[in-house]
Amino acid sequence: MAIRRGRGVAAINYPTGMNLGGDPSQALVHSTPTGNFMVTLSSVDLGQGLRQVMAQICAETIGVKTDQVIIDTADTDTGPHCMGTFASRGTHRIGNAVIQAAKEARQVMLEVAAEALEVDAGDLDTDGEGNIHVKGAPQKAISIFDTALMAHFKLGRSISGRGMFLVPRSYPEVETGAMKPSTCYAHACTVAEVDVDDETGEVTVVSVKNVFEIGRALNPRMVEQQLVGGSWMGMSHALYETTEPYYPSRDHAGTDFNEYLMPGPGDIAPTEIVVLERPAADGPYGAKGPGEMCANPQIPALANAVFDAVGVRIDTMPITPERILRALKEQRAA
Amino acid sequence: MAKVPVQFTLNGEEKAEFVDSGATLIKVLRDKLGDTSPKGGCNQGTCGSCSVIIDGELKLSCLTLAETCNGVEILTNGGLAKDGVLHPLQRSFIDEFAAQCGFCTSGMIMAAKALLDRNPNPSREDVVDALSGNICRCTGYEPIIRAVLTAARSNSQNAA
Amino acid sequence: MKLAKSYFADERKDDLKELGKGLQRSDVPGHVTGKTSYFADRTFPGMLYLKMVRSPHDHARIRSVDLSEAEKHPGVHRILTHKDIPHNLYTILILIQVGPEDEHVLAEDKVRWKGEAVVAVLADSERAANEAAAKVKIDYEVLPSVLDIESALAPGAPVVNEHHGQNFYMYDSGASRKVRFGDVEKGFAEADHILEQTYWSSPIEQAPMETTGCIVAPEGNDRFTCYTNTQAMFFTLDNTSIILQMPGHKLHMVGGTVGGGFGGKVDVTVEPIAILAAKLTGRPVSFIYSRHEEMQISSPRAAEKIVLKDGVMKDGRIVARQVWGYTDAGAYSRHSPYGAQKGAAHYPGPYTIPNVWVDTFCVYTNRTPSSAMRGFGVTIADFALEVQMDKLARLIGMDPLEFRFVNAYRDGDMKAHRQETTGAALIECMQEASRVANWPVAEKYLKMSSYKES
Repeated sequence: MAIRRGRGVAAINYPTGMNLGGDPSQALVHSTPTGNFMVTLSSVDLGQGLRQVMAQICAETIGVKTDQVIIDTADTDTGPHCMGTFASRGTHRIGNAVIQAAKEARQVMLEVAAEALEVDAGDLDTDGEGNIHVKGAPQKAISIFDTALMAHFKLGRSISGRGMFLVPRSYPEVETGAMKPSTCYAHACTVAEVDVDDETGEVTVVSVKNVFEIGRALNPRMVEQQLVGGSWMGMSHALYETTEPYYPSRDHAGTDFNEYLMPGPGDIAPTEIVVLERPAADGPYGAKGPGEMCANPQIPALANAVFDAVGVRIDTMPITPERILRALKEQRAA
Repeated sequence: MAKVPVQFTLNGEEKAEFVDSGATLIKVLRDKLGDTSPKGGCNQGTCGSCSVIIDGELKLSCLTLAETCNGVEILTNGGLAKDGVLHPLQRSFIDEFAAQCGFCTSGMIMAAKALLDRNPNPSREDVVDALSGNICRCTGYEPIIRAVLTAARSNSQNAA
Repeated sequence: MKLAKSYFADERKDDLKELGKGLQRSDVPGHVTGKTSYFADRTFPGMLYLKMVRSPHDHARIRSVDLSEAEKHPGVHRILTHKDIPHNLYTILILIQVGPEDEHVLAEDKVRWKGEAVVAVLADSERAANEAAAKVKIDYEVLPSVLDIESALAPGAPVVNEHHGQNFYMYDSGASRKVRFGDVEKGFAEADHILEQTYWSSPIEQAPMETTGCIVAPEGNDRFTCYTNTQAMFFTLDNTSIILQMPGHKLHMVGGTVGGGFGGKVDVTVEPIAILAAKLTGRPVSFIYSRHEEMQISSPRAAEKIVLKDGVMKDGRIVARQVWGYTDAGAYSRHSPYGAQKGAAHYPGPYTIPNVWVDTFCVYTNRTPSSAMRGFGVTIADFALEVQMDKLARLIGMDPLEFRFVNAYRDGDMKAHRQETTGAALIECMQEASRVANWPVAEKYLKMSSYKES
């Protein structure tokens, strides 16, 4: 009759994007007459903050402040094709398309500014504050506001760009399974600590410590949202969730939130997040897709922690008090 | 089908409607009165996304019949900001990055407001208890708890 | 959250201006004031509500469908059956030539899972639609069904879908997606220990706070605007175009913010029938899943059975790994053949193992078809792999974290699917975890690196 403590570890990786490619997304970027930038997509914001991240990527590439960039998305009449937001592909595929489009738009913008300043476009740089200046001579400058006006009304040039990112599909070799599933992988190592009540089988998660490697944290506060939310979902999968608690029987299938259990605010564990960044060679500014992998390592880490605590293996998800108790009873009988 | 007249104040404004007998308050708020801030996450009282405040008490608008709302004062998250000025809770949810998809957010803010209105200085346990009727699938709850505590602290700092 | 900038600093320039900053999200002010627009934050005059009548049986033949009472119910405008659907086949990835076309939009002669859509009732209120749906009389002949992977694969099992003829998907590589690397039998023969274990999971729901749904508005010029919370706008448009035999330019998909996806809004199950309903009635149509439908009808994460057999040396090296991975696809394929294949690419995990043999199977049963969910094809595999790693470590008396260092993949290592490892970072993640979690490991592991040894 005791509360037993244990801890477990798990280490994983996770691919970015659709398995074997065939994973296109397009982006269009254009400037308004006064130097604000519109990014047109048909990608879907699920709450992961796609619009914010794409605005920051576009702003970085063109050389303006993020709030000068507006994202127009999720409309098939106006947005160029995107496969969709799933498979951790959003930041990587759509981000790359946005970069390409933004680069093209930036080039036109610099050419217009070059005419105004009577230099070559290659001599110019943006200052990130809304101006374009000659490299090494910051006083020789023109605002992006004036550059855009000049492009629209004087020179008749469209400050705009098109972007496309496609990983061509690859096909597995039939006999060996040789294939190219992805071009970049995120990584994680999670250590979880639990208390297990060996009389009731109930598990209290004492702490979850996650180390995630995600290429580059494009917006660290948003990355944190994803990783904290994902860690919660991993814990929820490990200990609570199933639509068929007596699978393969469909009896007692959960039909509402009373029956489909997930940990509430009173059940969460102190969670630590550390982020490593090894930029992906083909990621937008090196970013990889963190959205899915962040919910995986907690599951086996918790399973291993339960074993460490009470010496029973639950090899079936979810690891419920009922399963732990039955295993403990079997263990005691043996 | 017989229509039932009902009058109440919504976010300080007087409203008068003829509603279907049996219509839920969430349906009347969203479809008739144009306030889409309460969300129908489950329409059976188990998720809290539809939470509103009626005469000072937190209520589930999906389980409240509109025809029982005669003479009450209803507050929704959509009416919480006054003249473009955010409520401290709305401000702290932004600052603490306490929303991702946003679907649970209005209900969460209502539950938090109901708490702070009766207990301006809640402990973490008080906050957890007050939010336990609201489900969030995205955030893992910690940022929301932090946002409510932050708003409470800033309230008490302002009051002092 | 802590950013451990010292790792990989030599490969990374932290000189960005707008990126790397925790800027406020542009959408959260809308969330906190209730102004963010979701697809259902709109209503149209004359809007009809679609209530789907669904199979109560795991497997049954449809003998007859009697709509006479239902059609007479006050408020009912129309009831759609499979006969109304121009191309009554649902294949998510047909545009990129990924089949199979094994699922109907509305059932024709058979239902293969409890919950399968049979007829769609359209009425001017939710209440009328529900009441009329209860008056639809369908005569079913219940058939033998199979609900678990092992029974489904046993000889003589009831066939779930005649389209396949057997209860597993046929890849070009046969009954499984295969990976064959090295010689596992030789590896097992050399191993000091062999460990074979089986792991299980059951279906898991994405359970977003916002249920799946759409609202369709006819634009009066033969075009239809569909407000939807799909995760894939063009999947939805193109699939609908094929199913309804309507040119793509007649369809306009509009999304807002989606109230959580997690893979649960990738299948195209509500838009085609709702758009057809709008076309045939000339009215706006709303089709939004109830929470019950979201739980049991919308596709969940597949249940899986995974068998791992490992050969391990006393010094900690895993020398052979054999994997049998079974995905319970439910009654129809949807994305499951892809998911099982993704699993095959994921095994044996982020470890360099010289001999690997993988077979992943996509198995059909008479249950809700499973499909994409956060971590598709990988999440359950990671549960199995990392519990197995723990067991192996303890079997040979090694610390579980140190055991992983011994086997961790590094740049330049050849993977089982014959790609060279690049961009590895497992070792560094584990080193940091050792520090953060106060889980000491031998000094030599803290000195390891994912970089190729020069």
